[in-house]
Order: sequence, then C-alpha cells, then structure tokens
Amino acid sequence: MSNFFNFPFTRRRFLQGTGAAVAAVSFSGANSFAADKKINVYNWDTYIGETTLSSFSEKTGIEVQYDLYANLEEMFAKFQAGNPGYDIIFPSDYMIETMIAADMLVELDRSRIPNFNNVDEAFLNPSFDPGCKYNAPYFWGSVGIGYRKSKVGDVDSWGVLFDSDKYSGRMAMLADMRFVMGVALLYLGYAANTTKQDEINAARDLLIEAKKHLKGFVPDSGQDMLISGDIDLVMEWNGDILKVMEEDDDLTYVIPKEGTVIWIDGLSIPKGAPHIDAAYKFIDHVLDATVNAEMANTVRYATTNKAAREHVAQSDLDNPAIYAPDEVVNKSQALADVGDALPLYDAAWTKIQAS
Amino acid sequence: MQSWRKNKLVFAVLALPPTAWLVIFFTLPLIIMWVYSFAERGPQGQIVLALNFANYVRAIEWIHLGIIWKSVWIAAITTVITFAVGFPLAMGIAFAPARWKNLLLLLVILPFWTNLLIRTYAWIAVLRTRGFLNFGLEWVHEKFSMLLAFIGLPDMMGEFQALELLYNQKAVVIGLVYVYLPFLVLPIYATLEKLDKSYLEVSLDLGAGHVRTLFSVTMPLALPGIVSGCLLAFILSMGTFLTPTLLGGTDSEMIGTLIARQFSSSRDWPFGSALSFLLLYLTFIMLWVRASLAGRKGGPI
Repeated sequence: MSNFFNFPFTRRRFLQGTGAAVAAVSFSGANSFAADKKINVYNWDTYIGETTLSSFSEKTGIEVQYDLYANLEEMFAKFQAGNPGYDIIFPSDYMIETMIAADMLVELDRSRIPNFNNVDEAFLNPSFDPGCKYNAPYFWGSVGIGYRKSKVGDVDSWGVLFDSDKYSGRMAMLADMRFVMGVALLYLGYAANTTKQDEINAARDLLIEAKKHLKGFVPDSGQDMLISGDIDLVMEWNGDILKVMEEDDDLTYVIPKEGTVIWIDGLSIPKGAPHIDAAYKFIDHVLDATVNAEMANTVRYATTNKAAREHVAQSDLDNPAIYAPDEVVNKSQALADVGDALPLYDAAWTKIQAS
Repeated sequence: MQSWRKNKLVFAVLALPPTAWLVIFFTLPLIIMWVYSFAERGPQGQIVLALNFANYVRAIEWIHLGIIWKSVWIAAITTVITFAVGFPLAMGIAFAPARWKNLLLLLVILPFWTNLLIRTYAWIAVLRTRGFLNFGLEWVHEKFSMLLAFIGLPDMMGEFQALELLYNQKAVVIGLVYVYLPFLVLPIYATLEKLDKSYLEVSLDLGAGHVRTLFSVTMPLALPGIVSGCLLAFILSMGTFLTPTLLGGTDSEMIGTLIARQFSSSRDWPFGSALSFLLLYLTFIMLWVRASLAGRKGGPI
C-alpha cells in the first residue's frame, strides 16, 4: 500500500498516461465506425419480406435487431425524449412531416444509396417531404370498403357507410381518427387535412349520424369481423382486406368514386442513430429491385419502386385493389400534419365516440 | 420482532428499497405528470412547459364528465356482478376441505399466467355472432326444434337469432368481470380464512338459519376483505382501456380509452395528464368522504 504513495507522479508520467488514453479511445472509436456489426430496425408488424432481413445479414454480415410498433404515435412517443437507439424507422406521410418539423430525421445522402434510382419518379416529390430529402419511399396503399358481394351487391360510394341505414348494424369502420375523419371530409367535398372548425364539425356530425348504424370502430380487426360474418361492410386498409379475400371468394374491395385517403410509407434514419453506415446499407438493400419485389409479393401492398415492379406478380399488378388506377389516385389525398388543429380533430372524435 | 422504535437503523435499512421504489417509480412520475397537466401542447405534440389551467378547463367539459360518469356506471355494475359471483366462490374456497384449498386457489390464479390480451381475444371468439356461445345456443335450438317436430308439435321456435353479445357494453362488463374476479376473490378469501369459525357455529346454535347467519354474521365479519376486494375491482374497472377497445362498440367509450388516445394519436400529453389528475382528485374526494363518514360512525371500517 505504501508503495503506491512512493510512485513518482511527475508531469511526464501524466502526459504519457493521457496520450495513451486518448490513443486508445480514438482507436476503439475508429473500430466501431469502420464496420457496424449490428442494426436496429423499428417497423410495423408484417411489413417486410420473408427473406429481406436474412438476405441483408448474409450480404453484409450485419445482425438485424427487429422491433415492432403498432402505430406511429407509439413510435413518435418513444423518440420524443431522444432516439432510443434505432437506426431505421418506417414512418408514414404525416409523421415524416411531423418529424422533419421536430428535427428528428437525418437528411439522406443519396450518394450512399445507389439504388435510389429505382424509385418511381411520381413519388419523389411528395408534399410532406419535398424532394424526398428525409425518406426513401417504401409502399403505398389506400383505405377503402371491404364487403361481402352476396349480401351487399355492388358498392361504389362512401355513402353506403356514411349516409345510409340499409345495412344498419352490419357495418364497421376503422378506429383511426385521422383516416376516418379524412375520408368523411373527402366525402363531404372538403380537404382531408382541413384546419377549419366548421368543416371538421360537419364531418363530426356526419359520423355521429353514421355511428347509429355501425357495429363499432375497430382498430385492426375489421377484416376478421368481415370474414367471420359479424359484418358485411367495413372501412379497412387494402392490405388487410386482400388477406381475407384470399380465404373467402365472396369478399371484395373497392375504392369509392369520391376518392380516398392514401398513405405512403418511407424509410428514414432518425437522428442519433448509432449505426448510420449500416442504416444506409439497409436502405440500399430494401430499394434493390429483387429484394423489393420479394417484399411486395409478401405484403401485397403497392411498391413505389419501378424497377421492382418487373418482378412483382402480374396478378398483383393488375389488381386495382393494390395498384389503384390513376383516376382514383388523382381524386385521393394523403394525410398531412395539421399542427395546432389536432386538438380540434380530437375533440370532434371524442364527441363521436361518446355520443 | 423488535419494535421499530428500538432499532431505527434496522427499520430504515429494511424500509429503504421499497420506499426508494415507490418514490422513483411512482411519486416522481406522478409529479412529472402533474407538472405536464399545466403545460401546453406544441404544434407537433411536444410539451411546452407553462402554467395555465386550460387543460383542466377542457377536462371538466360536459362531454368528458359524461364519459367519466359512464365509466363509473360500468365499473359499478362490474363490481356488483363480480361480487355476486366472487363472494360465493371465496366462501366455497374458504370452507373447503384443506386438501382442496390450494387446488381451488390455483384455479383462480391460473388465468393470471396467461397474457391479458390473449384472454380478451378469447372472449371475442366466444361472444361474437359466429362464436362458440352462439354455436352452442344454435345447437340447442336445433335439437329443440327437432324434438318438437318429432313429437308432432308445430314449429314454435322460428329461426335462430344469434345473440348480439359483442361490441357493446354487455361484452365490456363480461370481460371486466372475468378479468377482475381474482382481485375480488383473493382479499375476501384471506379475510374469511382468518375468520373464527366458532362465531358461525354459535350463530347456528342460537337458532339463526344459514341465510341469516350469512348476512348477519359472516358478511359483517368479512367486511374489511369485502371492501378491499370491491374497491380494487371498482378502481381497476374504471381505469381500464384494453377491454373496451377490444370488446366494446359504439356505446363503450370509457375514460381510460380517452386518456390513452391523448397519449397516442392525439399527441396531447398535457390534456391527458389533466384528465388523469381529474380522476385522481375525484378518487381522493371519494376516499376523504368515506374516511370522514367512517370517523363519525366509529364503526369497524
């Protein structure tokens, strides 16, 4: 013990020690940047191909930690206190806009993503992210009406859900506040992202009336209710209806003539991502034509990747439920962030739910 | 066991972990939420610290009070039904032969080992229009019609109308009763277990019937357990949001779902905190009223 105090603590020894420590730190830092061994991906459930992650790990040797979220707000809430360690997220249109405004996304360096050229030009300049600076487009889809042909006949308008009591008690809608209000606003001829109180009130009153004939607002099981026979008409995501259409020929999907709310998802790198190099490799991998086509064939949503479309199943490409025809897309709108008007929507939604 | 006064150090050391846990994971978050309830909401849903009562003013609007009232109502019905089912169950377990007691207790606790979400989904499979309950009723209906036809009586049954048991308040109550039954049974069982059975024997010997004994002797003696069990069931049912979201329909908006929505799609944490604290204040007022009433009566409560 006494030897310790006899150790000459000179300025030379101090500088040697500090120099060694700095060298050690810088070298270890260089090691960790040189080759990321891991990547943390945060995504929706059932929203990736069956071989995407394994082919990525084989190609690059990077291990993928894959976590799931149930909705965008859950993802956003986790990031509000800082990035919890994720490298890749899959936000949707209005959430991309929100996160850009909150300075949460890394501006993408296209030189590190050669496969970006595969993306269809039509998706390269969306209103929520002009020039696609912060996201790489992924899949897009719609909200429409899934219904049972034998019980309901032909459906072509949102009126059957919002304005009629013909199928009272045999209908249901999504529980998603922005999508349902957005569709109601479109049906009434307003913008789906309006911030005007009287337009929101009109949509609210329409939905309060419609609620009398609904079985409920269901978060994700509308397609299960449809196939089990609990209901005959449901407002649901196109991918969910497609899944049950495979099991039951009597079911079909339509985007009504008034247009609908379209959603577009993208890949983004949140600020503070620990493995940025791996993140760029992952985006490049997802945008590769064959990888993207395999994902599209698994999840059966419409891909924004024009090179991938050559490998997508022809039956999917011809299916208007997946690749909606242009005249429908032109009448449809994507959701945008409504900023301070969100509490107005929430108050309207609370009134709808409680009445 | 020493009195804590004699050895304060031992007491302090033993009490430190649970106190620290309580402070760090309960009191501190509550204080943070309380501060948030006075804050404002930024355009992207960020929390902007401020000092204004706008959230509380919004929280006591009629529509929100109406939702709180509906939650109280559903919670009250749930507690009554749970008690009606749970008290006989607790009595059955408490008075069962010793070798059966552990098994019966295990059967009550076993559902806890399964995820709440899965158990609630199971109820969907049972209660829906083409679920097991309706299949069973349809089968009975069919056999009955066959029987009538066989005997030669005219067809009085008509066509089978499935019961609408899902996506409404009934389903929410059924789900809540199922989930919170163990919470009610266990405290009542604990109290009944410690009960001195000789009281009951005395009552029977003195000529009171079983029913009279039950209401005049057993229940009053088990009152502490009954009160804790019912309070647990009531408070938990009032704050639930999973069950009404999955099993409820257009008439089942409860305060829990409203608050949960503020922390998700509406991104309005300050308002959600204000609503939560409104509930907390109401609960405190109820407990204070109960305490002052109990103090006045000077009864066993």
